Amino acid sequence: MYSLLKRINLINKKVMKKSISYILPAMMIAVSVFNSSCKKDIQERNQEYPALAPTNIDLNADTWTPILTASSTFTIATPDAVTTPNYLADLNEIKSYQHNLTSEQKDIIKYWSAGSVLRWNEILRELVAKHNLPPYQNDDGSYPFPSAANPLAYPLFPFSNPPYAARAYAYVSAAQYDALVQAWKFKKQFGRPAPYKTDATIQALVPKSELPAYPSEDAVVAGVTAKMMELLFPGDLDYIRQRAAEEKLYRIMAGANTRSDMDAGESLGRQVADVFLTRARGDKAGAAIGKPEDWKALEVNTAAAGNTPWISLELPKRPPMLPLFTKVTPFLFPTETVVALRPAPPFGTNTPEFKKESDEVLAMSKDHSREHERIVAFWADGVGTVTPPGHWNNIAADEFVKHNFSEVRWARNLALLNMAEMDAAIVCWDAKYFYFNPRPTQMVMNIKTLTGIPNFPSYTSGHSNFSGAAATVLGYIIPEKAKAFMDMANEAAMSRLYGAIHYRSDCEVGLQTGIKVGQYAVNKGKADGAGTGN
Amino acid sequence: MLALGCVVFSQTVNAQTETDALMIPKNYFCAAGIYTHNSWDHYWEGTFKRENLNLGTISSNVYAVGGNYGLSNRVNVLFMIPYIKTNASAGTLRGQSGVQDISLAVKWLAVKQEVGRGLLSLHAIVSGVIPVGNYQADFLPLSLGMQTKSIALRGLVNYQVGRFFVAGAGQYVRKDNITIDRDSYYTTEMHYTNQVAMPNATNFLFSTGYRSLKFNAEATLTKVNTIGGFDITKNNMPFPSNNMDATLAGGVFKYMFQSIAGLELTAGGNYVLKGRNVGQNLSVFGGVYYVFSLKKNKSDK
Repeated sequence: MYSLLKRINLINKKVMKKSISYILPAMMIAVSVFNSSCKKDIQERNQEYPALAPTNIDLNADTWTPILTASSTFTIATPDAVTTPNYLADLNEIKSYQHNLTSEQKDIIKYWSAGSVLRWNEILRELVAKHNLPPYQNDDGSYPFPSAANPLAYPLFPFSNPPYAARAYAYVSAAQYDALVQAWKFKKQFGRPAPYKTDATIQALVPKSELPAYPSEDAVVAGVTAKMMELLFPGDLDYIRQRAAEEKLYRIMAGANTRSDMDAGESLGRQVADVFLTRARGDKAGAAIGKPEDWKALEVNTAAAGNTPWISLELPKRPPMLPLFTKVTPFLFPTETVVALRPAPPFGTNTPEFKKESDEVLAMSKDHSREHERIVAFWADGVGTVTPPGHWNNIAADEFVKHNFSEVRWARNLALLNMAEMDAAIVCWDAKYFYFNPRPTQMVMNIKTLTGIPNFPSYTSGHSNFSGAAATVLGYIIPEKAKAFMDMANEAAMSRLYGAIHYRSDCEVGLQTGIKVGQYAVNKGKADGAGTGN
Repeated sequence: MLALGCVVFSQTVNAQTETDALMIPKNYFCAAGIYTHNSWDHYWEGTFKRENLNLGTISSNVYAVGGNYGLSNRVNVLFMIPYIKTNASAGTLRGQSGVQDISLAVKWLAVKQEVGRGLLSLHAIVSGVIPVGNYQADFLPLSLGMQTKSIALRGLVNYQVGRFFVAGAGQYVRKDNITIDRDSYYTTEMHYTNQVAMPNATNFLFSTGYRSLKFNAEATLTKVNTIGGFDITKNNMPFPSNNMDATLAGGVFKYMFQSIAGLELTAGGNYVLKGRNVGQNLSVFGGVYYVFSLKKNKSDK
């Protein structure tokens, strides 16, 4: 041993002087390997969406049935004739932008040209993900609640959990759809062409369209959405306004609309939003959190019926998520239908079927299959994400982009999807709080989960309801992919069993209930005059 | 071998050989087996320090094997591969277990000369990490690692007077993008991809101590800094591309048996004094090294 140590010591004492001549070349080789070894550029899917060039401009969309505004009256100013000084000034504004577009302005054009409904749907998803965070507890172990009156105080308003998000997506999509149907009426009434048609020196930096330009469909979407956000995301209005202003500039720079097209569209959008905001303020979602006596009653009533009540598995115990969301007014059917769609009761906690299902969850908990982990993670859509309804909006958007729908059809399709998601949330929450039954981990202590346990009762699975409804609607819109969407929905539903946070029956029954809700949206779509558009 | 570069929300794997100024001679091989235990019950969300009753104490047991081969007296090649098992003491989240990443390093004694009363040495170390296990990176704080390939350059200066030394090291780690199981995620904005851009990192080490033929004792101060990345928002989950920073104090001891040639025992630990988007980890380790010649060497008899 001594000889070894001495040898090491000897090396450590050898004096080398020529080493500096090795260092520089070696370092340079190392640095070049270094810089080329790790890739950093990422192309995200939504950056690659092409400019929207509708295969069918849906000129007859003024005849489609809107959601809320069939009998509403809206006004916009009669446009100036294309020979007036005001209009010529508008054209000159476009020319002045086009004379010297910066690369940043070209990027803005490229971004927004993918479509207004699409980009605002993405912006909404982003806000949902940003706000999908349960409040941190107070020092005494109680929890604070966000306040719409003071949205930037902690906890930030809103906590965009899945029901909140489903409702936000539904209102925004439905309002966008109605606003575009109304816009189409004025477009046909006034028939004012796009700037690139009235002045040959103006370039069309987006695909040309035969659709009349006044009011601008982009401005209508921006106007209606920005106004809806005053209710839904009141702490982010600076961001919303900035995006709306950017889109307005985009249409002008692209030669697709004049400033007066944009102003008229924005005004119309805000008027339509008022109709939806009135509905939203009266739809009972504001009271969905409930009160301590409501939470207590759920527990007492469930125990009185001889069943084991759900308890929060969070520490400190958190009040159940939005127990009165079940009372929110649905879009697709009357409130009575919510009760009619309520599934049969779950297996009682002392039945052999329950035991069998619990054992299966425990087995899943012990299954370390990487594929299960992947499926659970892919569909988890938990805190800090777009939520399951948002995930189905991701899926819809990626698919719709391939079909070159007109803006109004984009809005109509997303409205059908998102009304189904919101109503699926209502129906699912009804079952959850009617039966108020425990999660597997509440009953079987040694179950470990592959994802976080949502803070509400087990039966039925929210993911399954959302996915069944979404796949049904998307399968109606894109019939050739109906099976693929339903396969995805099945996987999403089963992910909750694989994750050991739901019993099999939660998932299977939830999926079936979601499909029923989705069918209401399909029936509405079949009757709205839009047809399939293919 | 693997240094402290992967401290933080994934699991710390300890070994000192990459970060110290010791070399083994040509044709010698050092086989190492090291056990590390990590645990923490407080962590920082951004700069907000908190506990989480739904996680309790996050701990991991790391069983690593490694080796160091003397390619020449001035160039050593090192590798290490750990098996890790993670656990949360409260809540329901399932721990992970499996093989993490292999780390490889080439350590080059570039300069060695007498300066004043002591001996100054300069080492350059190029190292790389390649994920081996198919573990899930996006499951912090229970994931085994970050599933990121990385390459790192380290410079190490050591000055020894008699049996006492001081050393300083700086490292730059360049990390590859990772692929997660989700196809969209939110950082400070939405991303529609399953690729995550991992921020690069630097790592600075200061150490001082005593080295003899029988016994080494060393105190270390380490600063791990992620360049870029984002803070965990309040009550959110951690994410692989968070801005993870930590300042750690630690100690390393090594005992070299006189009776059994080449056998060494090592033990030590590290504690996170201050951090950002990391757990306040206490890491303790113990290991066995066995150094032997791969060639018959008559002078060793």
